[in-house]
Amino acid sequence: MTSLTLVRRIKARPSIVFDALTSPEGIACWWGPDEGPVLVAETDPRVGGHFRVRFRMVDGSEHESTGEYLAVVKPERLSMSWRWTGGVEDPGASLVEIRLRPVSEGTELTLTHARLHDEETCRSHKDGWTGALDKLERHFLATQEYTA
Amino acid sequence: MVNYSGLNRTFAALVDPTRRAILARLEREGATSISALAQPFAIKLPAVMKHLDVLGGAGLIARSKVGRTVTVELRPEPMREAMDWLRRYERFWSKSLDRLAVYAESQETEARKRKL
Repeated sequence: MTSLTLVRRIKARPSIVFDALTSPEGIACWWGPDEGPVLVAETDPRVGGHFRVRFRMVDGSEHESTGEYLAVVKPERLSMSWRWTGGVEDPGASLVEIRLRPVSEGTELTLTHARLHDEETCRSHKDGWTGALDKLERHFLATQEYTA
Repeated sequence: MVNYSGLNRTFAALVDPTRRAILARLEREGATSISALAQPFAIKLPAVMKHLDVLGGAGLIARSKVGRTVTVELRPEPMREAMDWLRRYERFWSKSLDRLAVYAESQETEARKRKL
């Protein structure tokens, strides 16, 4: 299974981080890979509720992702399915898991974005894919030199 | 555009530590014969062959035969494709979370002001 995990320490209490993650006002301030604006932010943060966020990138391209909230446990856990509308960037569905842990300076946020593959790769995941990511990165970097 | 069935195979192939070790070795040493490749691993040649089949199926290695010697060579393209996928999301979330932190921290400051 392809998955990405990021950890951030934020100087704000978990409930504030949780609201920033789930409120349209919050999302409008942070969602997207560059400084381009968020055009639409709709959320319904309860299990079975949906979100839809559309943003424009600095290069002018517009992208929209939608999904369903699968777990909403304020202020500690948020899980949602993820799909790019139109599926140009990524035709499959994926899963975003966010955990918020209170720490002395505020909140430790752990985000995992995982693509749900077929049975074979799910099994592989159980065999311990997660720890392989760093090694893959090293392989890849070395590989680039190898082909250069 | 990412080829997902190919990506699945790539990741499945890379999960196994022996297969990663084989790739690492091919990366260091270039084309290597199968018998030489099997030597440092504490497993039998048929097991190595099985691993090579998986790596070959994922397009991560290519085999060629010279006389009676079969050599194996690294094909890094599928790995690059997998990394592209990860990097795209890494970029999205990394930038987004940076701004999320700035926003949440300003909200925290506001909340504290209101309390005073």
